[in-house]
Formats: sequence, structure tokens, C-alpha cells
Amino acid sequence: MEIIMSVVIGFLFMAAVYLMLSKSLIRIIIGTGLLSHGAHLLLLTMGGLSGSAPPVVADGVSTADYADPLPQALILTAIVISFAVTSFFLVLAYRSYQELGTDNVNLMRGTEDYE
Amino acid sequence: MSNLLLFPVLIPLLFAAILLFFPKKIRLQRLIAALGAGLALLAVLFLIAKVKADGIQAVTLGSWDAPFGITMVSDLFSALLVLSATVITLFIIFYSFPTIGVAREQSYYYPAVLFLLTGVNGAFTTGDIFNLFVFFEVLLMSSYMLIVHGGEKPQLRETIKYLLVNIISSALFVAAVAFLYSVTGTLNMADLAVKIPQIEATGILTVIAVMFLVVFGFKAAIFPLYFWLPGSYYAPPIPILALFGALLTKVGVYAIMRTYTLFFTMDTDFTHELLGIIAIVTILAGCIGALAYFDVKKIIIYNIIIAVGVILFGVSQLNEAGVDGAIFYLVHDMLIKAALFFLVGIIAVIFGTSNLREMGGLIKTYPFLGWLFLVTTFGLAGIPPLSGFPGKLLIVQGGFEGPQFWGSIVVLATSLLVLLSVIRIFIYAFWGEPVETVPLKKSTYRKMLIPSVLLVALTVLLGVGAELFMPYISGAGEVLLNPSIYIDAVLKE
Repeated sequence: MEIIMSVVIGFLFMAAVYLMLSKSLIRIIIGTGLLSHGAHLLLLTMGGLSGSAPPVVADGVSTADYADPLPQALILTAIVISFAVTSFFLVLAYRSYQELGTDNVNLMRGTEDYE
Repeated sequence: MSNLLLFPVLIPLLFAAILLFFPKKIRLQRLIAALGAGLALLAVLFLIAKVKADGIQAVTLGSWDAPFGITMVSDLFSALLVLSATVITLFIIFYSFPTIGVAREQSYYYPAVLFLLTGVNGAFTTGDIFNLFVFFEVLLMSSYMLIVHGGEKPQLRETIKYLLVNIISSALFVAAVAFLYSVTGTLNMADLAVKIPQIEATGILTVIAVMFLVVFGFKAAIFPLYFWLPGSYYAPPIPILALFGALLTKVGVYAIMRTYTLFFTMDTDFTHELLGIIAIVTILAGCIGALAYFDVKKIIIYNIIIAVGVILFGVSQLNEAGVDGAIFYLVHDMLIKAALFFLVGIIAVIFGTSNLREMGGLIKTYPFLGWLFLVTTFGLAGIPPLSGFPGKLLIVQGGFEGPQFWGSIVVLATSLLVLLSVIRIFIYAFWGEPVETVPLKKSTYRKMLIPSVLLVALTVLLGVGAELFMPYISGAGEVLLNPSIYIDAVLKE
């Protein structure tokens, strides 16, 4: 199971890198979304996919059957953080489309230099 | 068990939260922001006295036992950095009064500064690797807000790049933590330091160590990963630039120092030699940039990169002189970069431009500013009585004692280039024929000058009174070189 997950995560990272290297800003943001998906799945996979019961204390479940609760807590934290950053990024992209009039990152060059 | 070490994190957080309620009342905003930073400073001074007297302070939140809860640890190293960060933020708040402008002050500027201080202090104090990630995000979120604050075109454009680079490095941080967790099964730094030497497969740990170097290298702007810094730091106004230049990259440097002395010590032949080589190339790359530009802000920005290289070279040697020197230089560099940005900000306001070629003859009208700037440049380059000297001396000594003696020669040689790059500002701006300047109100000038003078005075004190500060520096270095002190303090074995 971990092998399949690793391949899927690798594919997500690949797609993210491909999208983040493109010119359109919205594709870059989609790329960051895929990148954080990949990172979160990696966290889940690396914690180990063993355990048959959700980490909620219940009668009749032995401790060995619980899934590892720690990676789930870490993912929950990482998800809300990347939510916040992504929403900020989307608003920033909207504002810069209004102000700069383009979503092509190749055209967003610095021209304040004197040399 | 004392909660004193939490106050430098909690006080700015509390005051930032209070400031969110009345964004339009500028005088109250200023007063409370200064009060918050001042109280945090007071708390840090108490904390340092306590750490010096009683050894490392550690609190595991919620009274859980050490590896299970989140531990906050304050040794001398992190306490010193928290002190410098708080002092600098206090001065930047004062410097912001005349420079940042009413429109920005009314749009949550001071809360963002205090949230940034919360993140920085938290990152310096935490003893848990995932908690470090969270504090990184706290300071990064505030820095995104500050760098785009005002919404001018260059700011919008550069924030996109800054944001993208930091999103990528944060995702890599999560991935690196995931790998580390799957290998060791713990996230507490002290517990990691216990578990990592027990693992026999050092290959995977070396890979993780290099991954952490990449992650923190993005934040700290080391050689192949510094490309985002010159453009992004050029965009925001001077007080924000001073805040970023003094604090943000240094958090990355701190994280590299902590991880590479506390737990990634299993294969130093590879990891620390790599760190040393990267540090040297970083210095060279920074020097090229610092000499290439005729723009005062760009020159100082590239000097940030040089300093990061010098500090990391000291750490990579892993001997007493090198590590002590790196700590001294880190503290010195935080102070002097803020001071330089303050002075350069005044110069840029007087001329109405940051282009060196359109400046000249300022020594006739502003002699005090000129000599103050000269002292600061000498401090940066490391001329003996001033603060850049003791740190660099120890780093060079560490290099000669360590495996990479040629690195010390590069550090010495590039000091001249550093001096050249900043003395050029002095020559172009203060000597020569006077050019027309923008009239600056006497009171505004005084308000900008006072924090700068105080900060420069602090750096001079740090240099002249180096003997006074050395017990603290070597106490901090001792913990870095002997992780067992840190482990014992946290796990209470």
C-alpha cells in the first residue's frame, strides 16, 4: 500500500513542478495546491498506513488496531496553513491582475534597476 | 518549571491581537505597539539573566512529559537571538513613525510587525520540529502581508515570487518532517538528538539532513537558493526592509545551526563539508552582487547574503572558535543590518532616490549622518574596535583549526570587498559636488536619526565591550557543541 501511495505522491509532485514552471499565474496556483496535496499525503504515508480503527478511543478495540494519530494532527495543521496561504495567493493574483493587467509571469519583470 | 520563556512569544501576540481592534487610531496604535515590544524586551532581559544563572530553561506545554508534549526550550543561544530580534523590532517600530506613512499605519501595519515578532521569537524558542514549521508559517504569513503592504506595482509583482518560493520551501519542510518522522518516530528535537545516533542506516539520515539544508537554505538565502531575495527585498519600504533584512534570513540560519549541531551530526564529513563549501560560494555570490549595483538598497541587500555565508562557514567547522564566532557574528549582523538599512533609508529620503549616481556632497549639509554611516560601514567590515571584528576573528580562527583553512582565506579576502561595497556608498553620497536634495523637515530627520544612532551605539558597545558579552556567547556555543546538555535539560534524565 505504501508503495502505491509513494508512486501517486511522486506523480502529484511531478504535476506540481510542471504546473509551477508554466507562465500563467493561475496554473502556478493550481500547482501549489497539488504540491500541498502531495506533501500532506506524504505525511500520512510516512506515518505508516497500518491500523484498522480510527484514533478515537472505543470499546473493544485493542491499542494495536488504532491508526497513528500524530500524522493526522500534523496534516490537519498543515492543511489549514496551506488553506490560508492559498487564499492569500489567490487574492494577490486577483489584485495583481487588476493592477498589472497580465497573468503572464514572464511579463512581471523588475524594471526599477538603473543598470 | 517557569513560564518566563514563553513571555517573549506571548506578549507580542497579545498586543498584536489588541491592536486589531482600532486600526484607525494611529497614536494609540503607535503607543501600544511600542509598549508591546518594550514589555517583550523586558521579559527577554529577565529570561537571559535566568538562563545565565540557572542553565537551560525548558517548559513542556500542558504538563505532558517531554517527548510527548510540545517543548519550548530557551538556552543562551536562542535567548540571545530573541533579545536581538526584540531590540530590533522595538527600534523599527520607532523608525516607522516618521517613515511608513499614515495610509499604511491605518491598515494593520503594527499588528503585522508584532505578529512577525511572535513568529520569530517562537521559532527561536521552540524545541519541536513541527512547531518550528508552524512558527515559520506565522512569521511568513506576517511577512507576506508586510511585503505587499501598500499594494504598489513592484510590491505586487515581487510578492508573487516571494510567496511562491516560500510555499515551495514550506511544502518541502512538511515532506522533510514526514521523512524524519518515519525514520525516527518522534518530533521533539531533544528526543531526535537521542534517537538519531542510535539509527544505523545513516544514508537516509544524510539525505534528510540535506533536505533540511535545502528547506532552511531557501529561508536563509544560501548560494543556489538566494535568487528570490534581491528582488523581493527591494520592493517594500525601508522599515519593512530593515525588519526583513535583520530577522527573516537569520531565522533560517538559526534553524540550520540548530539542526546541524543538535541532531544531524552522524556524517559530518559529508554534510558539514557541503555546508562549508556552500557557505563560501554564498559569500562569493553575495560579493559579486554587492559590487555590481549602484543602488544603495541593493548593495546592503547583497551584504545580507554575504553575512549568511560567513555565519554558516563558522558553524560548518564544528569547533569552539567557529561556533562562538558564528553566534557573535549572527547577533552583530542582525543589529548592523538594521542600522545600515535605517541610515540608507535616511540617505534615500534626502536624495529622493536610491541611485548612487544621482547623489553627492552630503557631508557638507549632514556631517553627523556621514560620520555615523562611516562608523557603521567599518563595523560591518570588521575593523577592530567595532562589532564585526570579534565574530569574524573567531570564525577565521575556527576555519584555520578546522578542515577548511582555505575558507578562512576567502572570508578574510571578501571582508575587503564588503568594505569596498559599502564605502562606495559613503564616497558617492557624501563626497563630491553637492546635488539638489529633497527638503526634509528637521523634526522628521531627528525622528529617523534617533533610533539609528541608538542602534549604531549598540553595535559599537557590542564591539568595544566584547569581553563583557563573551561569557554569554561561549555559554551559547557550549550548548551547541555539547548536545547532551540540551538533551538532559529537556528530557530531565
